[in-house]
Formats: sequence, structure tokens, C-alpha cells
Amino acid sequence: MARMTMIEAVRSAMDVSMGRDDNVVVFGEDVGYFGGVFRCTQGLQAKYGKTRCFDAPISESGIVGTAIGMAAYGLKPCVEIQFADYMYPAYDQITQEAARIRYRSNGDFTCPIVLRMPTGGGIFGGQTHSQSPEALFTHVCGLKVVVPSNPYDAKGLLIASIEDPDPVMFLEPKRLYNGPFDGHHDRPVIPWSKHDLGEVPEGHYTIPIGKAEVRRKGSAVTVVAYGTMVHVALAAAEETGIDAEVIDLRSLLPLDLDAIVQSIEKTGRCVVVHEATLTSGFGGEIASLVQEHCFYHLEAPVVRVAGWDTPYPHAQEWDYFPGPARVGRALVEVMEA
Amino acid sequence: MSDPDRLSLHVPEPAVRPGGEPDFSNVKIPKAGSVPRPDIDVAPEEIRDLAYSIIRVLNRDGEAVGPWAGLLSDDELLAGLRHMMMLRAFDARMVMAQRQGKTSFYMQHLGEEAVSCAFRKALNKGDMNFPTYRQAGLLIADEYPMVEMMNQIFSNESDPLRGRQLPIMYSSKEHGFFTISGNLATQYVQAVGWAMASAIKNDTKIAAAWIGDGSTAESDFHSALVFASTYKAPVILNIVNNQWAISTFQGIARGGSGTFAARGLGFGIPALRVDGNDYLAVYAVAKWAAERARRNLGPTLIEYVTYRVGAHSTSDDPSAYRPKTESEAWPLGDPVLRLKKHLILRGAWSEERHTQAEAEIVDAVIQAQKQAEGHGTLHAGGKPSVRDIFEGVYAEMPPHIRRQRQKAGY
Repeated sequence: MARMTMIEAVRSAMDVSMGRDDNVVVFGEDVGYFGGVFRCTQGLQAKYGKTRCFDAPISESGIVGTAIGMAAYGLKPCVEIQFADYMYPAYDQITQEAARIRYRSNGDFTCPIVLRMPTGGGIFGGQTHSQSPEALFTHVCGLKVVVPSNPYDAKGLLIASIEDPDPVMFLEPKRLYNGPFDGHHDRPVIPWSKHDLGEVPEGHYTIPIGKAEVRRKGSAVTVVAYGTMVHVALAAAEETGIDAEVIDLRSLLPLDLDAIVQSIEKTGRCVVVHEATLTSGFGGEIASLVQEHCFYHLEAPVVRVAGWDTPYPHAQEWDYFPGPARVGRALVEVMEA
Repeated sequence: MSDPDRLSLHVPEPAVRPGGEPDFSNVKIPKAGSVPRPDIDVAPEEIRDLAYSIIRVLNRDGEAVGPWAGLLSDDELLAGLRHMMMLRAFDARMVMAQRQGKTSFYMQHLGEEAVSCAFRKALNKGDMNFPTYRQAGLLIADEYPMVEMMNQIFSNESDPLRGRQLPIMYSSKEHGFFTISGNLATQYVQAVGWAMASAIKNDTKIAAAWIGDGSTAESDFHSALVFASTYKAPVILNIVNNQWAISTFQGIARGGSGTFAARGLGFGIPALRVDGNDYLAVYAVAKWAAERARRNLGPTLIEYVTYRVGAHSTSDDPSAYRPKTESEAWPLGDPVLRLKKHLILRGAWSEERHTQAEAEIVDAVIQAQKQAEGHGTLHAGGKPSVRDIFEGVYAEMPPHIRRQRQKAGY
């Protein structure tokens, strides 16, 4: 077992997949010779050649459109969108093409592609390098949406995504690339090498898409989170002393509803946390499912903690980011309700 | 006079509107046989003039002339004529079926039959088209069963697409026909990706992208040209310029570039314009481009100059935006009549045989329609199951869709 950062884990997943299957190709902006702005594809071109890993023009609709064509041919493209915020020019290709090719052709053609994209804030990226557009994907039938929270999951989920027969949006919380960031931006960075989930097997393994994981067992309240917010929620539980059960969804679509329901039947309370904006965010979907499936177990209204309904600001980043203090207040609120 | 100190916006207008005399004097038609045929490895910059001319083989007398002539045998041309006649008869029956309420929607090819029918013959088995909604000739010319097309159009119990798609949005991997989206231009860049994949795998197959004049304004058209140019993808980039994008004349999408083919020049892609109503010219140019792609020489852009004689679809009335007699004034004639004339001149065909073939083809279409209608039409007879709504969104049905299917009672 090796110690890996999330960057190394993601890279290892692509390396393992490319080694096992000649049909896996990797491309995107700056991913070839240079190895990507976050270094996730470093060394892949040197190892597999420039027809398996290459630089693409700055044209997201072109990157996704060509990936769809390659998938129709029989390849398994795993492409990088440099920032999730850059995916909008490709949104037509993602939502009306990739997501529906299997359906509209009744399986005559399929679209096994993976779009990797760094998501979330915490790096002073401002409004165009900090967004969390997962709800724009979960609203589209035909896509799968995966958000890992640690290196071990990132590798296993990315390999599973590459091997999946359908298009997968793979959102990598960029603030987690180098360590389990819990929202305390003023404290020293804890590296993944000091965390259990930084232990990553070198070879092939998969984590099934659609299975959540309980990160902290608890009895008082269920916190439903994913990505960076898993670590923020864990910090909030420790700091408030509230015995929260923290569920890491890992995959938003398909969603592990059973894991959520089982936990809430035990705790009777629920806080949903995400970094994306509140209104029409994925938390609204969770809250709705919780009241549909757990209404008679609930002892308090479901509380959502999310990014404010504003663009992601630059200088006020830490006033925007839903850190442990805000999550902690929500835990207190739901306990006192 | 406008005030020289004030700006004004230029909004292009077609030469004529309804009520006016059709005028195609702005469409410069070179003589058949007058455009040279370059070697396939020609440097793109040496043939820039081909983006502004029109390659033509059949002259007014029905003779095949010039350097692009002489590629097809009598039998191949007779098959081509038959395909175009089948497509035309198929369209006529389906337009009628739509009016009878047997389907919701239809799009016909009237006047454009040569483009897709001749092009298909320049491809090999295994090559892949990424078509728009007006290239059914690719299927007809590849002998895809008409009854299958009708099953799709009628969304009946035998619809290969299980009622999910708008009529005429066919899909057939086996026949090199990528699933039609109904979106515009998205398929253009996908074709480039398919071609790149073929090159990545050191395969021998090539791709063909299709788009209309109006949709070249979409950003995906430009993305496709960038990717095709950068990676020298083995793809034929087809633009069918039928003069009209629903009610919008081609000048709105074309802007000041002169021709759509000229869009390729800035990308270093060889760009040719061809008489889209000339079966022999379409085939010859498509073959030239296919050869280039197969020899790893990269993409070719082809603009087919043609005319959409019918409405855009069964949902619009062209007399509301262009003179009723405009199609009669179209200077490149009718593709079926031109090939017929040529075949008669060659001694391979006659008026009598043509009349007889027409009757046989109409009969074959009617027989296919009877068979298809036996499986139902949109509002009558057999139809796909409600279950089909929920199947096939994913390879494996996720729990939430299963719950919804059960809620729907299936």
C-alpha cells in the first residue's frame, strides 16, 4: 500500500486503466506534455504515447463532442475539463448528447465517457474557478455524478467510472487534492500522508458507483455530505460535541438512498451540507427525499447548509465557504428544534 | 443618406421575398467540366479557388464532362437513379402519412436527393456518418429496409427506437448512420472525434460529418474544424447548402465570407464546392475526399450547392417567406431528371423504363407502408410499451427510475 495525494490517486487510476485497456484515452487542456494544471495526468503521455494522452484546443464543447464520437467508435475517453467552471460551453454536448445517446438510439450507440473536473472553492479562485455545478448534472437523466472525498475513493471510483458503460461526471474537490481540508483555512495543511484514506493500493480496484460510506458513526443527527464538506462536517461534529453520523455520499447519482434512510431512522434528525449554492441545489433533493421516506422518523425539520446564493467571491472566500462553524450552528439548531 | 458620424447595423436580406420575381443571378454557375481535379495530396493553399467555384460534371445536355467525370458505370448510375427515386417516393408517401395523422412530423428531401444518395456510395462498409435530419439517402442507398424507417416514423410496436425519438431521427450503426439528435451541429464535432478514434487505433475507417448551411453558425461547427485541422482527422466535413434554414436565407449564417466552403480555408482544410444536384459530381468529390481521408491526408470540407424545394418540415409553409416559384427558377435543376437525362443519353435508360420504374418504386413503397402500418401508427394499432420510457436511460436501471416505473404501473 502506498501513500498518495488525491492527485496521485487520480493519476494512478488513469495509469492503471490505460495499462489494462488500450481503448482508454486521456485528453484535455494542458493534460499532455505538461500533465495538467493540477498535475493529474503527469507522466501519462510519456508512458502511453501522445495518441493516448494529448493536449486539446481550448474548446470544451470540442473536447466533449470529440470524446462522444470516440466513445461511439469504441474508445473509453477519460477527459479533463480544466475547471468545472469551464464545462458550460460543453453543456449541450453533455446534457443533450452524451446523456441521451443510449436512450435515443435504443442502445445502438452508447457513450462510455468520463469527464473529470476540479470543483469547489478554497483556493482563492474567484467566481470562475470555484463553482460546484453537480446539481446541473444530477438534474440530467442519463448521467452519473461522482464526487470523491479522499484518495482511496478517488482512485477506486475513477476506475469504476472509466469502466462504466455510461457517461460519468467525475467532480474532484480541488481543495482536497493535497489533504483532508476541514475548512480551517487558517491552520496548517494536513497532508494525505497522515490520513488513513491516503493509503491507496498501487494496482486495480474499484468502488461501486452508488454506494455511500459512513465516515463517523453517531446517534444524534445524520449529516449528509460529499466532497470537501465531509471533512468539514467531521470537524463540526468534533467541535460541537454533537454525536453526528456523517454520511459521505460519494455518488450523487445513482444515490444511496438506503444509507440515508437507515441512518435517519436511527437519529431522527438530518443536516444536508454542500458547497454549491443553496437554491435548487442537490441538498433540496436530499431534503425532499428525506421527508418522503423518513417523515415519521423525523424529530426536527431538515436543515441545509450551503454556499450563499451569490457568485463565489474572491476576497471574501472564507465568508462564503460553509465552514465548520456554520455546519456546527446547523447541528445545534437541528438538535434544539 | 445616413449620417456619417452615426453607426448603423447591417441586417442581410435575401434578393427576393414573396410576391417578387425569383432571382438567382447572384449564384454564379461555372460551366460543367470547367473546374480542375487536383491530386488528392495537393496543398490546401493551392486550391483555395475551389472554395469559390462549383464542381459540375453533368452539362445542360446531360453529358458527363471534364476531369471529375467517368467514375461510375451504367449499373452504378442506374442504382443511383433508383435510390433517388425511392427516396422521393418514400418522402411523398410519408408527407401524406403525416397529413393523415399517422405520424406527428416529417422532413422531406425534395431537390436534395443526390447529396446523400451519391455520397453513400463513396463510403465503405464500416465508415460512419454523423447525419442531420435530411440525409435519409444514406440509408436508402445502403439498402436499409424502408419498412424499418417507417416503423420509426410511425413510432409503432416495431419501432427500433421504441417510440423515444421524433420521426426520421433514425439510428443504424450497422449501416454507418449515427443516431440523429435533432439538436443542431453537435454531431459535427462528434464525427471528428470518431475519425480521431479510428486514427488512434490505426484503423482504416473514416467518418463523415453533416451539417446544413444555417447550422454552420453554431459554435460546434467551428470546434469541429479546429479539431479536424489540428489532428488531421480522417473525416469528410459536409455542408449541405440548400439556401434556406427554415425561413432564414443562407446569408444570415454565411455573413461576409462569400461561400460556406470558404470557412475551411482559415483552418488549412481543403474546401470544395460542388453542384449538389449533380449525382456524378457529388460522387466524384466525395470519393476524392474519402481517398484523402483514407490516405491519412486529413479532413476535406465540401459544400453541396443545392436547393430545398419543399418546406423545412411538415411544420412550416415556405410561401410565407420565399416566392412560390423560386424552386422552378433554381439554376441547378432537378437531380433525378438530370441523371435520368444522362442515362438516356448513354443509352442505358429510356422514358418508358423510367415510367415503369417509377410505378414499381411507388408500389414497393406502398407495400412497405402497408407492412409498417400493420405494426401500428402513432395513434392507432401497436405501439411501444410505457415500460420503454424507463428502459435504456442507463445500461442498468438505477433504483430511482425503477421506483418511478413502478409508480407508472409497469
